[in-house]
Amino acid sequence: MSAGLARLVARRIGTALCSLVFVVVAIFFMTAALPGDVADMLLGQNATPAAAQALRHSLHLDQPLWLRFMHWCAGMLHGDPGTSLLTGRPVSEMLAPRLYNSLLLAGATTVVSVPLALLLGLACATWRDTHFDRVMTVLTLGVVSVPAFLIATVAVFVFAVQFRIVPALSDIRSIHSVGQFILTFAMPVSTLASITMAQMIRMIRACMIDVFSAPYIEMAVLKGVPPIRIVLHHALPNAIGPVANAIALSLSSLLGGVVVIETIFNYPGLAQLMVDSVMLRDVPIIQSCALLFCLTYLFLTTLADIVALASVRKGRGA
Amino acid sequence: MKVRVSLPSATQRVGMLFGFWLVLAMFGPLLAPYAPGQIIDTQVFAPISHQHWLGTDYLGRDLGSRLLYAVRYTVLICTLSTAFSCGCGILLGVATTATPAWVEQVAGRLMDGILSIPSLLCALLVIAAFGDSLMALVLTMGVIYTPGAYRTSRALALRIARMDYITVAMARGEGRLFIIWREILPNMRGPLLADVGLRFIYAVLLLSNLSFLGLGVQPPLVDLGSLVRENVLGLVYGAVAVVLPTIVIAVLTVGINLVLDATAGRRS
Repeated sequence: MSAGLARLVARRIGTALCSLVFVVVAIFFMTAALPGDVADMLLGQNATPAAAQALRHSLHLDQPLWLRFMHWCAGMLHGDPGTSLLTGRPVSEMLAPRLYNSLLLAGATTVVSVPLALLLGLACATWRDTHFDRVMTVLTLGVVSVPAFLIATVAVFVFAVQFRIVPALSDIRSIHSVGQFILTFAMPVSTLASITMAQMIRMIRACMIDVFSAPYIEMAVLKGVPPIRIVLHHALPNAIGPVANAIALSLSSLLGGVVVIETIFNYPGLAQLMVDSVMLRDVPIIQSCALLFCLTYLFLTTLADIVALASVRKGRGA
Repeated sequence: MKVRVSLPSATQRVGMLFGFWLVLAMFGPLLAPYAPGQIIDTQVFAPISHQHWLGTDYLGRDLGSRLLYAVRYTVLICTLSTAFSCGCGILLGVATTATPAWVEQVAGRLMDGILSIPSLLCALLVIAAFGDSLMALVLTMGVIYTPGAYRTSRALALRIARMDYITVAMARGEGRLFIIWREILPNMRGPLLADVGLRFIYAVLLLSNLSFLGLGVQPPLVDLGSLVRENVLGLVYGAVAVVLPTIVIAVLTVGINLVLDATAGRRS
């Protein structure tokens, strides 16, 4: 049984590697297809043919596309993603603090949203079809089906403009104490968490209802096991696989929300850097940011699938 | 013999709701009292009044007129891109049930590849490369949501292809195209429509987010997301100009989602 599982997992990882190659190729060639000559654009009015030629040579733009692709890949493998076209600074130097900030935001969101979503999802499934469950269903459906910026805008309006509890923008350089940390992160983290949680609660609720309809739960109810014991000892251990899968999938969809939230709150993270670079057409930065995001996304979705595979196998074998 | 598929009333409701938005998108701007770019008042962020039913925006333009045009662009762009993604996805998904295995392998890998780039990120990349014309937006969003439609329709078609009446049809000696067109497609209509509705909502969300970031529909054209973006300064005054477009987006997406949810609940 475990050999079969190992083969399935290996196959899933193989698929993920295929996707990774596709992603790397897609990112490079999509950004390489940028209209206009980068050398002409950088030089502006000073673009004499000789200067443009020299700059093109120094940027390796006179080489064929596949050779540039090889250089780019080699650079990435050595941890050298090139230099920014606009500022001339190394991309890694510009990326590092942004990456740290984004990880901080994502980490705080995960810490807040996962336990809350677990609790609420379990509660919804346990008290199915009660008023509590109906209110939660409408709420989560509402949050899932409006754009991320809408929730953030409403939150800013209510908490920062009307009640003036928290600052509307996240100036993370002015953090000197735990209190300030919480105040600064309250808005972005709570909006991001509410978006992620809505999705998680819906999926966890569905998983748990699925488990609750199993014969052994009915058996436990008939034996007179108290409800809390049924949830914690009978249902939850059997639902861990699907629930973990749901959590990983929701976290991977957090990436889209991060882009919007960082822009709205002016949070100096990776996503904001990427949106700015798209507007300014700074190709090396776009490539590196996109690669980082895709890697995280791929890792989380693969992890979700592997967890699901492992739990299905275990369920069947037991 | 005629095969009758009776539509559940929930599916009809999805159709009616969608039809309403489509009609509003087509003919709504005819109701607009002013041109969308015309500055009609010196007071910016004016409240609701007799002259301007929905107030004015950050430049003193009539918000009601702009809103009607915004609905047109949001609904039409999303309809076109959904038609593209679901058309391609369903065609590929159903066709690969009848083609040699290697075609399915290639298509499946390609779809997995597209799926492994987060949608908003993919849109950012394409827009960085090909600019933000309306055509590019429609195609980008179309390609992004093709894998989802492909997966759903393929799963549905595979389930139906195993049914007895398909075996009977094949035993009768009917051609593959005939079986796909007359036996498989009509029987996956209900779940497929729900999936199309969901893709439409995703498209609205993506377009609004893109426009809000300033990378979607560009001025002088206007859609719901860019309407929120340009008026976001009015948030401080609680202006109608920023509240109303957000409400319209919510009504559009939540409405369709609620009807779809009711459909799904009834089926299971």
